[in-house]
Amino acid sequence: MTDKLLDLSGLTKAYPGVVANDDVSLRIAPGEVHALLGENGAGKSTLVKMIYGLVKPDAGQMQMRGENFAPTDPHAARQAGVGMVFQHFSLFDALSVAENIALGMENPPRMRELSQQIRDVSDTYGLPLAPDRIVGDLSAGERQRVEIIRCLLQDPKLLIMDEPTSVLTPQEVEILFKTLRKLSAEGTAILYISHKLEEIRSLCDSATILRLGKVVGHCTPRETSARDMAEMMVGSALKTPTRDSKEPGEVTLTLNKLSARSAHAFGMPLREISVEVRRGEVLGIGGVAGNGQDELLNALSGETLVGAGMIAFDGRDIGLLGPTARRALGVLTAPEERLGHAAVPDMSLTENAMLTGAAREGLERGGMLDWGKARSFAEKIIKTFDVRTPGPGNAARSLSGGNLQKFVIGREVLQRPELLVVNQPTWGVDASAAAAIRQALLDLASGGTAVIVISQDLDELMEISDNFAALNEGRLSSTRPAQGLTVEEIGLMMGGAHGMEVAHV
Amino acid sequence: MDLSAINPLLFVAGFLVAATPLIFAAIGELVVEKSGVLNLGVEGMMITGAICGFATAVETGSPLLGFAAAAVGGAVLSLLFAFLTQVALANQVASGLSLTLFGLGLSALIGQSYVGIKPPRLGDIDFGPLADIPVIGPILFTHDIILYLGIALVAGVWAVLKFTRAGLILRAVGESHDAAHALGYKVKRIRTAAILFGGACAGLGGAYISLIRVPQWTEGMTAGIGWIALALVVFASWKPWRALLGAYLFGGITQLQLNLQGAGVAIPVEYLAMSPYIITIIVLVVLSADKSAAPASLGRTFHASN
Repeated sequence: MTDKLLDLSGLTKAYPGVVANDDVSLRIAPGEVHALLGENGAGKSTLVKMIYGLVKPDAGQMQMRGENFAPTDPHAARQAGVGMVFQHFSLFDALSVAENIALGMENPPRMRELSQQIRDVSDTYGLPLAPDRIVGDLSAGERQRVEIIRCLLQDPKLLIMDEPTSVLTPQEVEILFKTLRKLSAEGTAILYISHKLEEIRSLCDSATILRLGKVVGHCTPRETSARDMAEMMVGSALKTPTRDSKEPGEVTLTLNKLSARSAHAFGMPLREISVEVRRGEVLGIGGVAGNGQDELLNALSGETLVGAGMIAFDGRDIGLLGPTARRALGVLTAPEERLGHAAVPDMSLTENAMLTGAAREGLERGGMLDWGKARSFAEKIIKTFDVRTPGPGNAARSLSGGNLQKFVIGREVLQRPELLVVNQPTWGVDASAAAAIRQALLDLASGGTAVIVISQDLDELMEISDNFAALNEGRLSSTRPAQGLTVEEIGLMMGGAHGMEVAHV
Repeated sequence: MDLSAINPLLFVAGFLVAATPLIFAAIGELVVEKSGVLNLGVEGMMITGAICGFATAVETGSPLLGFAAAAVGGAVLSLLFAFLTQVALANQVASGLSLTLFGLGLSALIGQSYVGIKPPRLGDIDFGPLADIPVIGPILFTHDIILYLGIALVAGVWAVLKFTRAGLILRAVGESHDAAHALGYKVKRIRTAAILFGGACAGLGGAYISLIRVPQWTEGMTAGIGWIALALVVFASWKPWRALLGAYLFGGITQLQLNLQGAGVAIPVEYLAMSPYIITIIVLVVLSADKSAAPASLGRTFHASN
C-alpha cells in the first residue's frame, strides 16, 4: 500500500540474556486492522511498548505519516495520535471513571465537560458508562470500555489493543468488533494483539507473526486457516489432546447452595452454587474473569471455610475442614496465580513439592521433614511433566511461567487426587506445554478422578470438558453437556452482553 | 482538688497550640501516604526539624528563619529516605525506622550546646479589635502565624487532593504505580516530591514544639508525637479534615490532663500522662470503620521493569 500510517523498520530491543525484538519491520495503513500474532514471550508486548513510548528501541526506525517518530514517553505517543488499550488494565480501582479517563488524557477538560464528553462518546459507540462510578465496582467488560473511551476521546490515528477479548463474553466480543470495524471505517488504524485465531480471522485485514522476537511471516487471516497460523506461531506441528470415552462413575462432589463472601474488597461473593460432579468427569467452568472463579477455588480448597452442609465429598461434609484435612481426603487444588499462591517464589522446587505433597506423599514424619523423599518426589514431577529446570534445588521464581505451571499441575496430578480443581491451568503457557497439561488432566479423569477445570479459555474448555457450566456474578449456571454447545449458548450462560449494545451510527 | 483553677479560655487556646505540631506532621505524612509511600521516619524528621529550627532561631534571633530552617532540615533528612526507597529500592519500613533512629541521634548531637537556652519568641499576630471579642477573641485570635499556617495547610492539602490535576495524579500514583507508569507518569519523581513535602511539614511541626510550645531544647523532646501522627493518618482514613479533628482531640486531652495534674486530681500522674494516647487511638479506631480508603500501593516498592 502506498499510503502508510506507521512504518517500523529494523526495530531491535535486547534485555540482559534475551533479545525481545530482533530486526522487526511492520507497516500499517490508515484504517487497516493489523494483527500481531505470537506466543507468550514472542516479543509482541515489547514491540507495542516501543510504539507507545514505554520502551526505547536499541536500534531501528519508526515513522508516523512519513515523519520520524521516536516517542520518549507515552505523553509524546498520545500527542502523535497513538492510543493503547492495555492487557492488564491500566486503571485505578479507587478512582471514578471520569478521573481514570482524565489521567490518560493530555489536556483534560474540566470534570463536568469531561463527563458530558464521556456520555456522548459512549452513546455514539454503544459503550454505556456512567462517569461517576468507581472503577473498582465495574465488571471486566465495563473496565475495558473505560480504557477504550479514554483512547477514543483523544481521537487516535492508531489504536493498539493488547489481548482485548480475554475478559469478554462472546456477545461482548461481537459488540467490541462492531465498534472496531466502525473505527476502522472512519480511518483509524488498529494494531490488534491476540492469540485467539478465530477472532483474528473475522476481524483483521492482515497479520504479522512473531516468534522469539523475529518476524517469521505475514498472512491474510481471512485466507489462512487457524491451524496454519498456530503452526507458524509455534514453529512445529501441534498435538491435539485425546481421551478414551468412558461412562462417568458415581457422584463424588456435591455443592449445595454454596455461598461465601470474598476475601477481597473488590471481589465477588459466591451465591448459592449447586452442582454435582461424578468420578471420571471433567467439569469445565467458564466465565469472565472476576465473576467468582478465585472465590470458588478457595471455597473448594478450604482456604475459605463455608457453612455446614454446603460441600459434600463422598457423602462427607467437608465445608468446615481446612486445606490440609481436605488434601488428606484427596481433594487437591491448583490456583491460578502461580507465583505467590500455587508456589512460593523464593523456595526451591523440593520445598514447594513438600508444601502441598506432605500429607499424601508421606513427606513428613512426626513433624520432621523427610528431605530425601521430598527431593525424589520433586524429581518425579520434573521428569514426568518435562519441566525444564537444572534441578529440584532451583527456586520456583527461576522457572518460566509455562514450566512452573507444568510443575504446579504435575505436583497435584502425581498425588493421585480423588478430586482435582484447577483454575486457569494453561494461562500464559505456550501451545505445546498447554497441550501436555490438558492431556494430563484428561488422563487423570480416565483413571476415575473427578476434575473441575475453571478457565476463561472457551476453546480449552470445549476441548476437554464433559460438562460445562458458567460463572456469572458469583452464580453458577445449570450444567450442560459440552458436546454440541454453540458459542451463542455459552455466551448467554456467561451473562450475555451485560447491557452492551451495538454502535448506533 | 480544685477544678475551678482551670480557665476554660486558656484551656482551649492551649489545646490549639498543643495540636499544631501534630497537625503539621500528620498532614505531611498524609500526602506521602497518598502517593503510596509509608515513611515511618516522621519522629526522626520532627526532632531534626526541632533542633534545626531551634539552633537557627537562636543564632539569627529570628524565629521565622528558624521555622524555614526546620522545614529545610526535615526535607533534607527525608531526601535520605527518598534516596533509600526510590533509588536504592530499599524496604520502606526498615528505612523509615532507621530514619527515626538516625534523626534522634543527629538532633542530640547538634543540640548539645543548646540545652538550657531560651529561644527568641515569635509574637502573636495582631488582629486588632478581633482579639477583644469576648470568649472567641482570646481563643482564636491570640496565636502566632505558624498555627494559622497549619490550619491553612490542611485546607490546602484537602483542596489540592480533591480538585486539582496534580492531586489526582498523586492519588493515582498511590493507587496503582504500575498503571500510572503505563500512562507515562513519573512515579519516582512524584513520590520523591511527596516525601520532601512530608519531611518539610514534619520539620515545621518539630520546630513548633521547640520554639513555641515548650519552648526550649531537650533531647528527644518530640516524645512520640511523630508516631501519633502516623497512627492519626491511618485512623483518619487518609482524610485531611479528619486528621485535623484527631489532632485537636489529642491536643485537647493533652491539655486537659496537664490542667488536671495542675489542679491536683487524685489520679496517678502516669495514668493522666498516657490518657491522650489511649483516648485518641480508641476514638480513631472506632471512627475508622472503612479500611478501603488506604492507597492500594501503600508501602509497595515500585520498580519499572522495562
